[in-house]
Amino acid sequence: MAVTDAPKIITTRFDLDDGRTLAGYERTGGYESLRAALASSPADVLAEVKAANLQGRGGAGFPAGTKWGFLPADVHPRYLVVNGDESEPGTYKDRLLMERDPHQLIEGVLLASYAVEAKQAFIYVRGEMAVAQERLATALNEAYAAGLVGRDIAGSGWSMDVVLHWGAGAYIVGEETALIESLEGRRGMPRLKPPFFPAVKGLYLQPTIVNNVETLANIPWIVRNGGAAFAGLGTEESAGMRLFALSGHVRNPGVYEVEMGRTTFRDLIEAPVLGGGIRDGGTLKAFIPGGASAPWFYEEHLDLPLSKATVDKAGSMLGSGAVVVMDHTTDAVKACARIVRFFAHESCGKCTPCREGTTWLHQILQRILAGDGRWSDLELLLDVSDNISPGIAWPPRQTTICPLGPSAVSPIASALRRFRPEFEAYIEGGRHAGARPVGVDVLAGVAAG
Amino acid sequence: MAEQTEVKTTVSITIDGRTVEAQPGELLIAAAERAGTYIPRFCYHPRMEPVGMCRMCIVEVDTGRGPALQPSCMIPVADGMTVSTESEVTKKAQDGVLEFLLINHPLDCPVCDKGGECPLQDQTLAFGPGESRFVEEKRHYAKPIPLSDLVYMDRERCILCDRCTRFSTEVAGDPLITFVNRGNATEVNTFPDDPFASYFSGNTVQICPVGALLARPYRFKARPWDLDQVESTCTACAVGCRMAVQSSSDAVVRHLGIDVDPVNWGWLCDKGRFDFEALSDEGRLTTPFVRREDELVEASWSEALTRVAEGLADARDRHGAASLAVLGGARLANEDAYVWSKLARSVLGTDNVDAQLGDGLPAEAVLGLPRATIDAACAAGTVVLLGPDIKEELPVLYLRLRDAVVHKGLRLIELSPTETGLTRLTAASLRHRPGEVAQLMDALLAGGRGTRGDGVEVAEAAALLGDGPVVCVLGRASLAESPDSVVAAAGALLEARPGTTFLSALRRGNVHGALDMGLAPGVLPGRVSLDDGRAWFADAWGSVPEARGLDATGTLSAAAAGRISGLVLLGADPLADFPDRDLARRGVGGAGFVVAIDAFLTPSAQQADVVLPAAVFGERGGTTTNLEGRISRLNQKVTAPGSARVDWMIAVELASRMGADLGLESLEEIWDEIERIAPSHAGLTSDRLRTSEALDGLLPAATADVETEGAPPTMSQVDEPGTSAAAAQGTDHLPGNVQTEESSLGTGTGSGPGAEGSEGAASMAAAFGAEADVADYGEGTTPAEGGGEAEAIALTADAVAQGASVGEPSGGGTEGASEGAASPRTIRFARSAAPSGPPKIDSYSLRLVSGRKLYDAGTLVQHSPSLAGLAAAAPLRVNPADLHRLGLTSGARIRLSSSRTTLVMVAEADLGVPRGTVALTFNQVGQLAADLIDATMAVTDVRLETLAETSRVGSRSSRRESSGG
Ligand SMILES: Cc1cc2nc3c(=O)[nH]c(=O)nc-3n(C[C@H](O)[C@H](O)[C@H](O)COP(=O)(O)O)c2cc1C
Ligand code: SF4
Ligand code: SF4
Ligand code: SF4
Ligand code: FES
Repeated sequence: MAVTDAPKIITTRFDLDDGRTLAGYERTGGYESLRAALASSPADVLAEVKAANLQGRGGAGFPAGTKWGFLPADVHPRYLVVNGDESEPGTYKDRLLMERDPHQLIEGVLLASYAVEAKQAFIYVRGEMAVAQERLATALNEAYAAGLVGRDIAGSGWSMDVVLHWGAGAYIVGEETALIESLEGRRGMPRLKPPFFPAVKGLYLQPTIVNNVETLANIPWIVRNGGAAFAGLGTEESAGMRLFALSGHVRNPGVYEVEMGRTTFRDLIEAPVLGGGIRDGGTLKAFIPGGASAPWFYEEHLDLPLSKATVDKAGSMLGSGAVVVMDHTTDAVKACARIVRFFAHESCGKCTPCREGTTWLHQILQRILAGDGRWSDLELLLDVSDNISPGIAWPPRQTTICPLGPSAVSPIASALRRFRPEFEAYIEGGRHAGARPVGVDVLAGVAAG
Repeated sequence: MAEQTEVKTTVSITIDGRTVEAQPGELLIAAAERAGTYIPRFCYHPRMEPVGMCRMCIVEVDTGRGPALQPSCMIPVADGMTVSTESEVTKKAQDGVLEFLLINHPLDCPVCDKGGECPLQDQTLAFGPGESRFVEEKRHYAKPIPLSDLVYMDRERCILCDRCTRFSTEVAGDPLITFVNRGNATEVNTFPDDPFASYFSGNTVQICPVGALLARPYRFKARPWDLDQVESTCTACAVGCRMAVQSSSDAVVRHLGIDVDPVNWGWLCDKGRFDFEALSDEGRLTTPFVRREDELVEASWSEALTRVAEGLADARDRHGAASLAVLGGARLANEDAYVWSKLARSVLGTDNVDAQLGDGLPAEAVLGLPRATIDAACAAGTVVLLGPDIKEELPVLYLRLRDAVVHKGLRLIELSPTETGLTRLTAASLRHRPGEVAQLMDALLAGGRGTRGDGVEVAEAAALLGDGPVVCVLGRASLAESPDSVVAAAGALLEARPGTTFLSALRRGNVHGALDMGLAPGVLPGRVSLDDGRAWFADAWGSVPEARGLDATGTLSAAAAGRISGLVLLGADPLADFPDRDLARRGVGGAGFVVAIDAFLTPSAQQADVVLPAAVFGERGGTTTNLEGRISRLNQKVTAPGSARVDWMIAVELASRMGADLGLESLEEIWDEIERIAPSHAGLTSDRLRTSEALDGLLPAATADVETEGAPPTMSQVDEPGTSAAAAQGTDHLPGNVQTEESSLGTGTGSGPGAEGSEGAASMAAAFGAEADVADYGEGTTPAEGGGEAEAIALTADAVAQGASVGEPSGGGTEGASEGAASPRTIRFARSAAPSGPPKIDSYSLRLVSGRKLYDAGTLVQHSPSLAGLAAAAPLRVNPADLHRLGLTSGARIRLSSSRTTLVMVAEADLGVPRGTVALTFNQVGQLAADLIDATMAVTDVRLETLAETSRVGSRSSRRESSGG
């Protein structure tokens, strides 16, 4: 149960009383990276970030340096947009980064903007995060006053502005194109890719980089210590440190910064300095490795390392870094229904399969839970799922515009595959039980995942 | 590989194993459709930006990385793309989407207006699952809710395809409906307290793929399978939108826009869409009336026509042909206008004819200036607006210009006395004092030098104007001033920017056709001046008047002075419609013998000695000409009420009773004669009018030449005849037969779907004119009249078999005519000296502007119950500074005086009206701008005084209406 001794990178100021003030930040090395970077070229900064092999922390895990390189040359204006909408159930790491070390994010934003030659950046903060909003605003005002943002930054002659924007309470604006729509003042509904790949046609149809808060919070360290130092942490495939938001039936829920690739799920859940094991001495039933959209993992997955490639290969994802633990007391049908309800509620309504399908799935699950389930419902659940996410495979295919629709399919596929008897028990004990159909394996074809 | 020498302009894609060539950049859904593979869709609409929302059109697309489901409405074709529209994965996904759309759908098809023509219903029957697996409670909403006075919304039926919302935002520029709430609770609705008051709201009903949006005038009126239809052209204004006229039980119940590239793209304005209600209005005249002892009493056609013939002959014999006059004709079809023009010139012997009622431009300007098409205007870099508020008077032209500004970078430079509906879209919008647009144009052309005060603005506009030719939209901004100044401005522009072309912004339905047919003093059919055409037409007609006649103002003035002894009002109502009511009253009152030919007993008709009931749009065929000069077909759909007759037949009959034979017995014969002797129309044979090319309308050669210069090749209106209409059928789901040639010519002649069974008989009768009509002809004249018309239409029905035999003699005729005398040249605009500026204004007065609004006190609107309520009393609009100067507050009741009269009304502050100017909408309900105007003056000056007691009555509602567009 070895937890690695790699240095903390982005949580170093979490426990400082003044870590979120400009004074506290600068005292602990803050804005040094910026000054250093301003003395070198944007290309140098970009090169370090590329060398760091920093995977995006918002969900898809796309390398930040590569993404930045997608911007078409010489098209201006271009924008940097920071995704601080963090709303995936179980995910609460970006909030802490904004609340406890707002200057680190601002410095990351400045460095990224410098690297991609953006003159304006927008930080989009989830509507409900009042404390994070206030602290970011305070920090940004301090930084402006200190000449670190705005015109002629730190006397370098380089200027840029940072705009704060608060969301209005929709999970879907975490999806980057919906976030851009929302920033432009419209309903938060995803755009279609193609043609609206942000790097080409993003905010105001200009080239735009969208990055997660945590992704950018790593940049000052990378610039200060070099991309190679970051790449030296973790494994070749999954570099660096990463925040995991642990929740559910563990003794010590919380956000932990651990070394990627070298730490396992078992470490995270069971190490005394981390999760501390299942609460009340219970046993593990299942866990969600990367946010509510991710297919569930079980005991046999505990020793997988926290690495993107490995988890992808095992049929799920590290996603937003939210690990939700369910112990033996968990009712799989209820857990599944609860997650589906979330996605149905958060569907933006733009495309038919998600708008209609997620609600339908939830209605069926509710009916099963209420004792009105029919035997045909199991097949129906899967077929409706299949119409949202053809093949119910991983990574998911989709008939929808964005991945939210298929996200509602994940828990159903997981729960039905692993805990089918629990569904059957509800139906059996319900009002429409009738005779159990024989010889029909409704899971045939999808059981293998 | 060897070098590729041939440059390929298309991309090859494979659809279901077939290789298909597609245009680069074309959307897959469109490319597939052209190649004969129809991919189901709901949200895609070819005239709007794709959104890819409904997901119905997803198909498996492989661009080299394996097949993936992609919405074909969002994917541009790419070379080598492989598409499977029939693979199992595609089918399953599409079936799934359809099921999703249906689970919450109420399926109340039996009581739904859309049932029978519903894409969702069709899709379900064609591909859908037989039985629902959805056992949950469906979504419920209150059904239906009004979004506006015209449009209702049934949210349970809505499939959230974003068509209506996109249309209102993107196309109409009226973002008044939107998605509300989220996810499964998403609905389309208005913003609180802000109705969907858009002039274009009816289009959303047409493009809604389900029965969620309902038009109040059509709700529960008919089932699609009971509908019979013809393709025709709207004549409610001069844009000439193509549309399907649909009837049930011999009553028009619906108009649907048809997508033609050069004109309306499938859109209609709500006035054109809903004005059919007027056809079946109870006020329609169904029988002739003659005056007996001061009272109009019903009469037979025979009696009435005899009275007219005698009355006019008597006037002519006693006071000379110059004492006769014909006013009006813009409501008529081209054929009617031609026959009346011929009757007036060759039988009555007068050149006192005018289709315009003092609200237009001199015919020499309209016909003589080089003309532009709508496409040319939209493709021009710069358009100069010199005329009315296009949004109010020519709504679908507004949509086209708006589209060009928003999507094609068209630059508008507006010169107007007040703000207009287009002002927001202009690059520069300059204000001028009423009557002084010529001065402003001079300043603009001089680069802004020599202007008072606003020199900077003018200089900026001049920079935008540039040095090259532009397209100028030309009309009358205000009826409270003479047209001299705007004509001078146009002349100056043409001189300074040679190559400039003009798009007429005259509003009356077929005013351009009437002018083409010579219903203007000094003008003969074919855009020929009386002087140039005298010999030619004397040859063709027997005789033409010697001297140029009077226009409407001249005629009414002469009548007021007792010099007009016979006046024919051809669908004209000067008392309500002439800018100067006092003069109209004295004129109509002073004319010796007055005949009104109209559909309603208008104020002017009430004063007539004989009133003849006329058939109107939808009740007669022929052709009409839009503001471009584009000629398109009108088709009859229903029977005119009672014994109402078609105008040309009345003219022919009248001539015969006056001892002349016009030699015209059918629409076809009339058109052939027009083609033969009207120089501008040479070559536009009946044959060509029957081709599918003519479905987009035909341009006389003069206009067409100009157009090809100005328009980009893609805009050419004839290269793919009929394809645009076909596309519309796919997306708009106009019932099947609208676009086909046969139906466009055939329905109503007995070959259409209504022809079978007993309904067919009625429809036949409709085609031949009212039965009563035919019977009545029997009374005094040859029965052949009715029969002749029937035969002619039968000819048109059988285009292939008989077309040639009709076409040939007409071609021969042209040659024959040109042997005798040379065909006269068409009118060229000659610039006359600019009028000296209007008289100085005294410091107590304000200068009046009076333009029109879409919904007005006009006959069509007022007899269409759904529209009548939308025309509200409009206040006097005054610049706040002027109000302040006079010690008035917005909403105050005031006294307004001109040299003519004093009126009491409400004054409201309006920043869109410059200081020193006041604006009063013309022809608005309960409001009497015409009472203030003296048509013989260059401008109208008014004074404004406080009324002792002030009240705010009426100000609120009128404000709402005035922002209604
Ligand atoms: C339904 C949905 C919700 C998402 N929510 C978030 C979110 O809350 N925060 C976030 O950073 N990324 C979220 N993403 C991912 C973003 O679209 C985007 O990939 C990410 O912000 C890119 O940043 P990164 O490259 O730095 O990870 C979401 C994606 C989807 C499809
Ligand atoms: S999948 Fe759901 S959230 Fe995503 S665009 Fe479609 S409706 Fe909106
Ligand atoms: S009302 Fe009709 S057009 Fe509008 S979104 Fe609903 S289904 Fe589409
Ligand atoms: S714009 Fe004119 S022609 Fe077109 S529908 Fe409206 S009234 Fe008819
Ligand atoms: S998604 Fe293509 S038609 Fe709706």
